[in-house]
Amino acid sequence: MSEPGRDALASAPGTPSVPERGEPTVVVDDVHLTYRIIGKTQRGGAAAALRRIVLREAAPGQRSVHAVRGVSLTACRGEAIGLIGPNGSGKSTLLRAIAGLMAPSRGVVWTRGQASLLGVSAAMMGAMSGDQNILLGCLAIGMTPAEIVEEYDAICDFAGIGKFVHLPMNTYSSGMGARLRFAIAAARAPEILLIDEALATGDANFRRRSEKRILELREKAGTVFLVSHGLGIIRETCTRAIWLEKGKILLDGSADSVVDAYQKRHDPRNRKAIRPDTKSGVNARVYTEPSAI
Amino acid sequence: MTEPVSPYPGLQRAGARLPVDEYSRRLWDRRWFVIAYSSASNSVGYERSFLGQAWQLLTPMLNIAVYYLIFGLLLHTNRGVGNYIAFLTVGVFFFSFCTTSLVSGSRSITQNLGLVRALQFPRAVLPISTTLMALLQLLYSLVVMVPILLLSGEPLRAQWLELVPAVALQSMFCLGLALAVARIGARVPDTTQVLPFVSRVWMYASGVMYSVQAFVTGHGWVSTILTGNPGYVYLALARHALLIGSPATPRTWLLATAWAVGTLAVSYLYFWRGEEVYGNV
Repeated sequence: MSEPGRDALASAPGTPSVPERGEPTVVVDDVHLTYRIIGKTQRGGAAAALRRIVLREAAPGQRSVHAVRGVSLTACRGEAIGLIGPNGSGKSTLLRAIAGLMAPSRGVVWTRGQASLLGVSAAMMGAMSGDQNILLGCLAIGMTPAEIVEEYDAICDFAGIGKFVHLPMNTYSSGMGARLRFAIAAARAPEILLIDEALATGDANFRRRSEKRILELREKAGTVFLVSHGLGIIRETCTRAIWLEKGKILLDGSADSVVDAYQKRHDPRNRKAIRPDTKSGVNARVYTEPSAI
Repeated sequence: MTEPVSPYPGLQRAGARLPVDEYSRRLWDRRWFVIAYSSASNSVGYERSFLGQAWQLLTPMLNIAVYYLIFGLLLHTNRGVGNYIAFLTVGVFFFSFCTTSLVSGSRSITQNLGLVRALQFPRAVLPISTTLMALLQLLYSLVVMVPILLLSGEPLRAQWLELVPAVALQSMFCLGLALAVARIGARVPDTTQVLPFVSRVWMYASGVMYSVQAFVTGHGWVSTILTGNPGYVYLALARHALLIGSPATPRTWLLATAWAVGTLAVSYLYFWRGEEVYGNV
């Protein structure tokens, strides 16, 4: 069961292009993840639904999504790994599996310490004021009241929302809301940081500050995973990139080489240039045979 | 299922369920989140209505009025009850603590799936929050209940203090209930459709608007089942504390304690065992 992960672990430090890799912090070992979707769109109305139950027919509304299909990877301390891929390729689900928020249906994720997703929006409430939401969000990410008192001013300053902090959050502009959410989420530095599209928020000034904050978090955290469609951000901030397609790893290598290959593949002028350039990134590994790409 | 031994020194399985003592400790660390989240959800829940949180009191008051008209004045189920309006009021408010815990507990995971899929915390936080909200609602309802009791002729007595242990036991029971249905509701979404029906049957079986003793005494096992059911037991304790001439026997206290401790202990373990998969529903 654990063989693929062991192989990845054993072979990883031997690759010549990366000068020194720290100790492994995340080992994803042949992970599959399937989850149920309970659809609301059943055709035929109530009577048909009842008939299906009586006749024991499968309900068409229930289906499962095989979002991650056998992913193995090893991440080491000091790495920042960008996950790229089209919508629905399993990037966010993989992050949730690494964070331990969704249980793999097959395979295991091993981590050194707790991996945390950057994001608190789920805990926040639009009808509550900014300061109430700071309290709520900080408690949700596991800060103690004493820590919140200590961090409160820093969060307000970082979000830069001024007097709006006393108004309900649903009166904020979308940029202000995003800034406050980011400020709260980034108040704490986890050991393994998982970021899901958090960078593309706010105006240029805030984006600069948030990128700086991400860099700080990255230095404190051992390992960073970043899911983003902003390929420029992946190039700038990541040391390594993984290209996911339909729940499988297509390419894993240095950020530039993988992003180059990805751009080639998804460039509309260049539909046929699909072979990833394995030479530009020395530790790039192609996982799928060319015909399937 | 036994926890697989980590093949990598220093690495643990992501999302592994903690041992129950460590889990409980983490849960205790999250107590401030439970309180903040419950009170915030409580006030946000009525956001889209003109009367706002007043509905927390208006709904049970309207219920009392309807039950009084139908059961008290039309059907005369007030047989064997001295002060029917006070009897009914205590019944409705305290029983709705049970049903609210049940129904909101069953939705506690599914309605907070965004939270479950974003942040790592002991999931028991969610059913505890919904139960705490139901308890808060019961405490708010004292604002209406106490004047009704006094105006209908119940004297203010030291015995009202017996409400404290009674509510404590009922809260433990309700929390146990919420934990159990939270796991079931996370797995089977149709639970939400079934539970209102269950709670209606339970309400009729618990003597909310009639005196079980006056109606079913002498029916042998029926009476044993009805008076042993937790709904009846907790109502009996509340009425014993608040109303004149509603004695509670040691058997009632014993049953109340057994239901509280038993339900909470079994349900807590049951909920904890499902901890790893609440994000997958």
